Amino acid sequence: MFSFTVPLGKLVRAVSRLRGGGSALPGLVVEKIDPGFMQRTLSSLPHGVAVVSGTNGKTTTTKMVVELLESQGLKVFTNRTGSNFTRGVAAALLGEVDWRGKLDADVAVLELDEAHAVHFVNKVPPRYCLLLNVLRDQLDRFGEIDATAMLLQRIAERTTGTVVLNREDPRVARIAGAVGGPEVLYFGLDESLRSTFPNDDDMRTADPGTSPRGDVPASPAADVVLRRVGTDDADFEFDGTRVSTHMKLRGVYNIFNAAAALVLARSITGASGRPGDAAKLVKALSEVAPAFGRGESLTVDGQPLELVLVKNPSGFRLGLKSFPAKGYASMIAINDNYADGRDMSWLWDVEFESLREDGVEVLTGVRAYDMALRLQYDEVRFGSVDTDIPAALAEFIRGSAGKPKRVFCTYTAMLAIRRELSKITTVEVVS
Amino acid sequence: MIPADDAAVHASKGTIRVLQLYPRDMNIYGDWGNALVLRQRLLWHGYTPELLEYNVGDDFPEDVDLIVGGGGQDSGQVVIQEDLQARGEQLREMAEDGTPMLVICGLYQLFGKFFKTKAGPVIPGIGILDVETVGTDERLIGNVTLTSPEFGEIMGYENHSGQTALGPGVEPLGTVSKGAGNNSKDNHEGARHRNVVASYLHGSLLPKNPAIADFLIRTAVERKYGTFVPGTPDDGFARLAREHAARRPR
Repeated sequence: MFSFTVPLGKLVRAVSRLRGGGSALPGLVVEKIDPGFMQRTLSSLPHGVAVVSGTNGKTTTTKMVVELLESQGLKVFTNRTGSNFTRGVAAALLGEVDWRGKLDADVAVLELDEAHAVHFVNKVPPRYCLLLNVLRDQLDRFGEIDATAMLLQRIAERTTGTVVLNREDPRVARIAGAVGGPEVLYFGLDESLRSTFPNDDDMRTADPGTSPRGDVPASPAADVVLRRVGTDDADFEFDGTRVSTHMKLRGVYNIFNAAAALVLARSITGASGRPGDAAKLVKALSEVAPAFGRGESLTVDGQPLELVLVKNPSGFRLGLKSFPAKGYASMIAINDNYADGRDMSWLWDVEFESLREDGVEVLTGVRAYDMALRLQYDEVRFGSVDTDIPAALAEFIRGSAGKPKRVFCTYTAMLAIRRELSKITTVEVVS
Repeated sequence: MIPADDAAVHASKGTIRVLQLYPRDMNIYGDWGNALVLRQRLLWHGYTPELLEYNVGDDFPEDVDLIVGGGGQDSGQVVIQEDLQARGEQLREMAEDGTPMLVICGLYQLFGKFFKTKAGPVIPGIGILDVETVGTDERLIGNVTLTSPEFGEIMGYENHSGQTALGPGVEPLGTVSKGAGNNSKDNHEGARHRNVVASYLHGSLLPKNPAIADFLIRTAVERKYGTFVPGTPDDGFARLAREHAARRPR
């Protein structure tokens, strides 16, 4: 039977794009007129659906999984536009299906916001899920981190095939206890690296890496272990072999998520009857470029300018550790819009001592003065403070000519900075 | 711009021992900021801070001059409740004796008479404060401004689903002009008793409200040394951060 869902949805999508609108409206229309559309379309995929969720690093990890699977010759459907809500998935599907509603893909890899993932998995039980972490992110939206962990557990419970968990995050690792049928796989860290990855329980304890409470399973074997991180390379261990590879990605947390992506990609290709070619997987991994604003590097006045997205204390701490200040001019841009989280408390859970030696050139964003106050208490020097982002960015570029630059920014501050930078340099357009 | 580390250059005017209560389990939304502000401002006032920690099962340190405690998840409250009960009498005596204390959110609730959780179980408090808290389905979230007779305008951010009612034995910290405060019914925020300051406000509370930090410091110093000789911390950025925070939506 011919269905009008797809033609109508595509029409709405085309019109809404012409109007420069977002991706949610066509998804909403399709949801209303044909609630079964998404489930029907996705369940036709031979290797099913993989959901990637967690508080930090979803976008980059999803990108990695997609590129790893593509390196193995699989056709992958993904929600690339960063619309990590159910409606965004429906909208992305509309763009990819043919006029009869058929999706030409082997597998779907979807990045889903924790809260929305629960709605999604209730409609479409995934075959795979990859749960990254539970950090203090956007707490004013979800309340408490234990509540966020419950959302992730719900995703795991609805998963039919394989659940991939972060062995080093106690709130994620303990989800294993709630998983009945599906296989559980872990990605893990070498012991020498654990202290670089504080989880939220460790933030104020002297001995990171050990949980103060005993309900975490005794460190299970991990399918892929990150053994070492260098400045532009890393060692991963899987199948009993340690592999060293160059990495385009920067930032230790991105590289740890590469181990996560490897586990999921190996699991999917393994089930496809074509076990992944390890050499090809590692090569693909080494070529993954950072996603939008996740440590991407632009060129301004012949010098690199790095954008480091920071949205919670652990992310900011890791950002400062991953991107050493030495030799760089730094700017920090802090907004408190809804998408950033309105609560500024998180800035007080980050230590800024590592910026003491080189100082910070410019502070900006709606909450530039909260940042100034924070740095005052950590005795870090800073130059100008200006809540106006375009003016502050111009000042930063003028004042640090001839030096590589780095901007730590919250989400909406990053959008504003990219908008300004696109006027003077080439910035990847994200549709 | 940043005051020099006076204590290193000049003779210290004295040592103040600041105890963080349960920083391992009750420390969320930047509670560390409060301890950091006390440490730095003590230095800027010319005193030597000693920052101590007390966690479940530790020996309780001697000669504590000032106590600061934070919020936590419901799970954190469960972990500490037995230990807190065992320390209850000692903490009550210290509070009645005038020891300055700052308790935020979760420890504010447990410094009260009880916290009846949404799930049903009642977590007993240690009764330093005549307040009762009941867990609800409603989460009170957002920027808060209140006015206090002692400290003027106070600013912060609240995020709690426990609603607290004050008994006759305490005064509110202040009257809310933006946000909810203790509960969604009256317009009170926080509680005051002796030298205990209790509040739901994160943000963190002390950085943008140096008047409260200096009250705690002054009280601790006066109790120990008789008189407090303040230094001159530069609160210019605190003032600007307050001005900008005041303009933000709820």
